[in-house]
Amino acid sequence: MSNYGLFLIIIAYLASLFGIAFFAEKNAKSKWVNNSVVYTLSLAVYCTAWTYYGSIGIAANSGINFLPIYLGPVIAAPLWIVLLRKVIRISKQHKISSIADFLSLRYGNNRFLGALVTLVCLLGIVPYISLQLKAVSETFQILSDDTSYVSTSVYDDSTFYIAVLLALFAAFFGTQTTDASEKHKGIVVSIAFESILKLIFFLCVGIYVTYFLFNGTEDIYSKMSQASNFKELTSVNGFENGFIWLYTILLSFFAIFLLPRQFQVSVVENIRERHLKNAIWMFPLYLLLFNVFVIFVAWGGNLSIGNLDQAEYYALLLPLQNGNTFLSVLVFLGGLSAVISMVVVSTLALSTMVSNNLIIPYGFLDRFLESHPERNNKFIKNMRRVSIFLIIIVAYVFYVNFSYELSLYSIGLIAFVIIAQLAPAFFVGLFWNRGSSRGAIIGIIMGFAVVTYTLILPFSIQAFTGSSHFTDYGLASISALRPHALFGIDFLSPPTHAFFWSIIVNVMCYLVFSLLYKGNYRERNYAEMFIDSNNYSDLQDSALVWKGEAYVAEIKKVLNKFLGERRTDRALSLFFRKYNLAPDTQMADARLINFSEKLLTGSIGSASAKILIASVVKEEEVSLVEVLKILEESKETIASNKLLRDKSKELTQLTSKLKEANEELIEKDKQKDEFLDSVAHELKTPITGIRAATELLMDESDDMPTEIREQFLKNMLQDSDRLSRLIHNILDFEKLSKGRAQLNLKKHNIRETLEKAIFSMSYLADRKDIEIIHSNTSDFHAKYDEDRIMQVLTNLISNALKFCQPKTGKIIVDYKYDKGLLEVIIKDNGKGIPEQDLPFVFDKFYQSKNQNIIKPQGSGLGLAISKTIIENHDGNIWVKNNQKSGVTFGFQLPFE
Amino acid sequence: MKKIVIVDDEPNIVMTLEYTFKKHNFEVYIARDGSEALEILESVIPDVVMLDIMMPKVDGYQTLKLIKENNKLRNTKVVFLTAKNKDSDIEKGLKLGADRYLTKPFSVKKIVSEINELISS
Repeated sequence: MSNYGLFLIIIAYLASLFGIAFFAEKNAKSKWVNNSVVYTLSLAVYCTAWTYYGSIGIAANSGINFLPIYLGPVIAAPLWIVLLRKVIRISKQHKISSIADFLSLRYGNNRFLGALVTLVCLLGIVPYISLQLKAVSETFQILSDDTSYVSTSVYDDSTFYIAVLLALFAAFFGTQTTDASEKHKGIVVSIAFESILKLIFFLCVGIYVTYFLFNGTEDIYSKMSQASNFKELTSVNGFENGFIWLYTILLSFFAIFLLPRQFQVSVVENIRERHLKNAIWMFPLYLLLFNVFVIFVAWGGNLSIGNLDQAEYYALLLPLQNGNTFLSVLVFLGGLSAVISMVVVSTLALSTMVSNNLIIPYGFLDRFLESHPERNNKFIKNMRRVSIFLIIIVAYVFYVNFSYELSLYSIGLIAFVIIAQLAPAFFVGLFWNRGSSRGAIIGIIMGFAVVTYTLILPFSIQAFTGSSHFTDYGLASISALRPHALFGIDFLSPPTHAFFWSIIVNVMCYLVFSLLYKGNYRERNYAEMFIDSNNYSDLQDSALVWKGEAYVAEIKKVLNKFLGERRTDRALSLFFRKYNLAPDTQMADARLINFSEKLLTGSIGSASAKILIASVVKEEEVSLVEVLKILEESKETIASNKLLRDKSKELTQLTSKLKEANEELIEKDKQKDEFLDSVAHELKTPITGIRAATELLMDESDDMPTEIREQFLKNMLQDSDRLSRLIHNILDFEKLSKGRAQLNLKKHNIRETLEKAIFSMSYLADRKDIEIIHSNTSDFHAKYDEDRIMQVLTNLISNALKFCQPKTGKIIVDYKYDKGLLEVIIKDNGKGIPEQDLPFVFDKFYQSKNQNIIKPQGSGLGLAISKTIIENHDGNIWVKNNQKSGVTFGFQLPFE
Repeated sequence: MKKIVIVDDEPNIVMTLEYTFKKHNFEVYIARDGSEALEILESVIPDVVMLDIMMPKVDGYQTLKLIKENNKLRNTKVVFLTAKNKDSDIEKGLKLGADRYLTKPFSVKKIVSEINELISS
């Protein structure tokens, strides 16, 4: 393929990325932009050209040793829910825009620490970017058919132009706003898009090699198993190599949190915390898919190309060798995607760090205070743009000069080892409030010194002088100081060896110096806020401890310089409203100080923000004791808040209980009214009969026939009886339910009692032609009040008689005794009771809801009286509908 | 001859009413509940229906409603005769369209004069 053709494809591809980024910026609120899939795919910026090409190189040379680089992130992913969420929460709250800012703020807006972290990142990442450029350049050469082409000057080198285009892309979409903690949705979406492309193209070539060039995985495996070094290629190879695995996993575990580009996409660009929930399984899945075919492409290449020097580019060479140019162009574009996303995000993150943590805090602050907001904003943006170009150009220069020595794998791991120096300050600092800035700074410097001696120095000396004397014999030929085998540890690979020693030294320094030097009050203050982030996020601005004298007007002046008057006024008026302060408040308090620092942090970094605000206020030193006291008070506030919340919850519960009780009372009251109504009604009925008949009988003018006169008299007698029965019932019930009725407890035979009850009802039963079946003949003696139990039995039996149809009706009476309980049941085959009425039939004031349709029989007291009688015997009464028809009443009486 | 339908489920009360109205030359029909009354009203168009309220099956209110809906019975007067004597009950009964609301216990003489007055008005 011709150079120009290939270059045109690259230009077209970059143009489409611009288009996607534009689309995302324009539709920043769309659900296509704000979702967990885009978030996860943006995390896949982890997979660079190193993954794309380097893994295959390692797999071809040393088998499965490429895996630990991906195992670290896979292990880290489930922890994100705890760790990363905490980091995201803190970063959002404080408008943090980079890992340097994060660490600087954790250790009390420490300016030097921010700068140090930035330098460490630059030293680690710039060569890493070079590596990416190298990958583009080499793959470009492999793909272009002009094999004699060797770039003679910068202007002929296509890689240079690609680098410049990438810088343009990053500068354009990365510096739209001055506030670097704002989201860069254009860049994120284009990266997500590239992550899809690089995965698909990589899978394509994997499938192509495995299933088209070979007959599937087994074919490659069986052919490869004849190779002499097969065993080494497929195992971890013993104890020493196990350590290499362990350290590499740990390295990549750190890298997924600490690499500036990872911090950028996972923390700064995070839109919603809940996107993490999906990312923790989707991201490992992505890595898994990416690694499925690595080993087969590598072995396929070993089998059909066999040139291990070119192993890194097997994915490109295999299709090319088999005449499939199209596929190799796809592979090239996939690799290019990996490069672009890495370079763009890394330079964006680094440029923010350079401007906010390296340049602005050292010397530009005074200038800002004298200038106008528009010019300040422009200046900051331009500084970032220049940084982006400079970083890429330095990386390019590095690549041109060290091209030969750069192997994808080694430089990548060196970068990881350097970045890992931030791990103690980051991870321990998140959970240990004693971790101090001095410990962090000394730890990082000493750790980095060890890395320099064991990794960077040997690499540089070898690259410049070509001599390996230093590496082989050590400083001043002392064998204990050999850089790759310090103090006799000679079984580790150079990067893991450097990692091992540097991290030990780093952690030791961090712990020792943190314990020795406590750090000032500001540090302790931020340490508390970071470690207890959940609690202090409730307190928001007031969690900052500050003492001093400050005027709102002065602070406003500073804010004006960066935000402009309109935004400053708006922000302050929101603040005053939030805390219920008068808009013309004169003196600033700790909350306003913290709020203002936060407002500036996004634009100029936390250290600068602190310096700027401090320049216009008279701050007094706060003693540690005071800090701790105030924090303690804050905690108490939180605790008492919680107590209040609990109390109010309790109150709410009580209120609802009270309401329920009240409703119950109202219902009872209503039932009582209804009961009295129906008692009155029942009393009136016989009285009405008596009154009317009497009136008629008294009319002497009437010559009433004798038989009618007799009938009326009989009716009057009947009504009188009914009246007295009713009155008796009401009084009886009152007596029973108030516990005034004495039970006449004596031993009786239940069989005999039942027989008596049935006999007393037999007249009624015969009249309706209903059979009462009582076949149990066993004698059983128990203590009870026979008259009362008879009352219950006749009530239950007469109820059953009322509900049964004449002739077909059947009532079964039975009893049993077991486990100290005597149980009697009366079962009928009548029409039953509506299911919804069952729970209420024994209620004293209850009458069927259907009383408009079914006239209540009797006083509505029978069952209530029965229940009271049984309960006075310490027994219980129950009712249930039969499966087929009718209802069963039963009661249990305890016996000794 | 004037026709009256007496609807009540208490036989002793019905008996006194039946005797009284027959003596005052009414043709008397007896029903024990609303549904029996409606059955009678299919073939008889009386001058007055005297209704109890609390009755099994179809109660007094429902019976009144059905009578009011029946165009054939537009000239028939409806009188409640009930033990429910609260103000709210009386108001409800009259609102539903009853022509008189009489309460139990009652004087037979007064009932007869009330009914006669109602018919002649």
